Amino acid sequence: MPITPARIRAYTLTTALGQGCRPHLQALTEMRPGLRLWTPDEAPVQSWAGVVDGLDDVRLPARLAEFDCRNNRLAELALHGDGFAEQVEAARERRGPSRIGLFLGTSTAGIRHTEQCYRRHFEEKTPGLGEDLRFDSTHAYVSLADYCRRRLGLSGPAIVISTACSSGAKTFAAAQRALSAGLCDAAVVGGVDTLCATTLLGFQALGLLSPTPCTPWGLGRTGISIGEGAAFALLEGNGDADDDGLSLLGYGESTDAYHIASPHPQGDGAVSAMRAALDSAGLSADVIDYINLHGTGTPANDLSEDRAVARVFGDTAIASATKGWTGHTLGASGAVEAVLSLICLRHGLIPGTLNTTTFDPDLSTRLIRDSAPRPLARVLSNAFGFAGNNCTLVFGRTSCA
Amino acid sequence: MRLTVSGIGILGPGLVDWIGARPVLAGDHPYVADALSVSPPLGLNPNERRRATLATRLALDAARQAMAGARSDTTELATVFASADGDMGLIDSMCRDIYEHRVPPSPTVFQNSVHNAVSGYWSIAEGCRGPSTSLAAGDGTFAAGLLEAATQIVCSARSVLLIAFEVPAPELLHPHRPFDSAFACALRLEPAIRSEDHPTLDLALREDEQALTSIQDSALESMRRTNPAARALPLLAAIAAGRSAVIGLPYWPGLQLEVRLEPGA
Repeated sequence: MPITPARIRAYTLTTALGQGCRPHLQALTEMRPGLRLWTPDEAPVQSWAGVVDGLDDVRLPARLAEFDCRNNRLAELALHGDGFAEQVEAARERRGPSRIGLFLGTSTAGIRHTEQCYRRHFEEKTPGLGEDLRFDSTHAYVSLADYCRRRLGLSGPAIVISTACSSGAKTFAAAQRALSAGLCDAAVVGGVDTLCATTLLGFQALGLLSPTPCTPWGLGRTGISIGEGAAFALLEGNGDADDDGLSLLGYGESTDAYHIASPHPQGDGAVSAMRAALDSAGLSADVIDYINLHGTGTPANDLSEDRAVARVFGDTAIASATKGWTGHTLGASGAVEAVLSLICLRHGLIPGTLNTTTFDPDLSTRLIRDSAPRPLARVLSNAFGFAGNNCTLVFGRTSCA
Repeated sequence: MRLTVSGIGILGPGLVDWIGARPVLAGDHPYVADALSVSPPLGLNPNERRRATLATRLALDAARQAMAGARSDTTELATVFASADGDMGLIDSMCRDIYEHRVPPSPTVFQNSVHNAVSGYWSIAEGCRGPSTSLAAGDGTFAAGLLEAATQIVCSARSVLLIAFEVPAPELLHPHRPFDSAFACALRLEPAIRSEDHPTLDLALREDEQALTSIQDSALESMRRTNPAARALPLLAAIAAGRSAVIGLPYWPGLQLEVRLEPGA
């Protein structure tokens, strides 16, 4: 059943490629990488990661000092990209603070703060984790929404969605429903996730962390490179066409009912998410101009997604994976790649697939290797998470929908 | 937003299931804070059942109760899992491995540590491939889950199963999230229908003017005040008593979810 499109009034992102849309457009166009060799303090694990520079120097406003942690610093940095916070402020003035919803995704919020308290406890034999562990405003999932809600001066409905790597994408779906149901007139959506030891060493323990920069769809691919990132968008149920004319046209959500850490081998859950997204957009598969794949670079993930894309799109899909630029930003990735899709729609760019030199011949979807300009009207973005949680979004120019 | 409650599950110390808890919550029987008793998650294979944490077992038990007697097919059922902090024991285990034992975290613990692992186990146990959202909103998590479920029902005109669960924190994190009782509840929710059997809820957001609804029994009230999932208790008590009620649920500071309850006629 087709949904009412939600207008995208503003969007921004901050990743290893920089703050705001411009450095992302440049990096995608010029095939400039964002990953670097990175070893955490905790363990001699060599990995390539998408590290956001300058977070150590970010200062939260004094009145919100209790929220200080790497994750909320990244949120703070990202909110000020592309004048996003000012756009939200204008919407708040127009609509009223209680009429703007807030839907944000994260996988681990500010867990890094808790990790540091555990480290101190065991290294320095301190009693307990310390009274300076500010659990509720850093580690708790809600801390991300609580921080952004106060920072943006909003008082409407707000939640944090945490469905692993589909979290950021699902915030767009939840916001569209809230707009349709009349719970709010506008909504801030997005996702924020930051590097931490438990995630890096957990992926290492599962054997999913690549020792080289990730090569999505690559022959002999060796796993993911993790990254940190934040992306936000401002959605409205209706509005004058004084913006880019970009809209969320559809979304689809599903679960695999298969395995906690492995995707369904034939991509059943991904197929139903993509089909539901197309149905809710009222579109057929052949009108999608570009697919931004989840494309993590693990053998099983890419195989599953390839099978799914082939089942929905046949062999004609025009697709690529952008995690070679940013790393896998986990709970933020669905929002990061939604915003990358919006940038590509706006500027008429099909991004390539960075780092991958030889595509796996066992995968039937042929990916775009090198970024190239091309007018786009409709783009589909996939985000699939641990525990088999899937979300697909469709964006487009409203005038073409 | 109006919806109908067609199934209920509850689990906590001294609250074994909805049938047993109903007279207690209605005030007809005294509450006795017994040990927690949780059914094993039968839908999982032995390996997954062994790995299922308390949070998963609690949530799946509450969900099973709420789905008992459901006539509709569950393979496409949408679910909302609401938990403020997920499974803090797994975070503790990983941090201890890294910082105390100086070994890599267990891969099994890591994969179970995502907030939506509980949702994943439900979906595997039931063969359910419907959409599933795992969410958190601190002490307002139950209200946030109810609101998300209601919003989905209004938009899709389909049933949604809401599961709220919260387990106590392990020793080191306990001072930072101080409560001792595990609690879970589940509500099978449908588009509003006129029903003789089922209560109907009417939801609205309200600026914080009235006091939040409490619960009479002091032990249950203590559970309500400390465990975010147990914020559901006043709603469940009103349903148990079969009476009309207006219940204020905490959502955000300055914002509450008002639930107008009409019992089955």
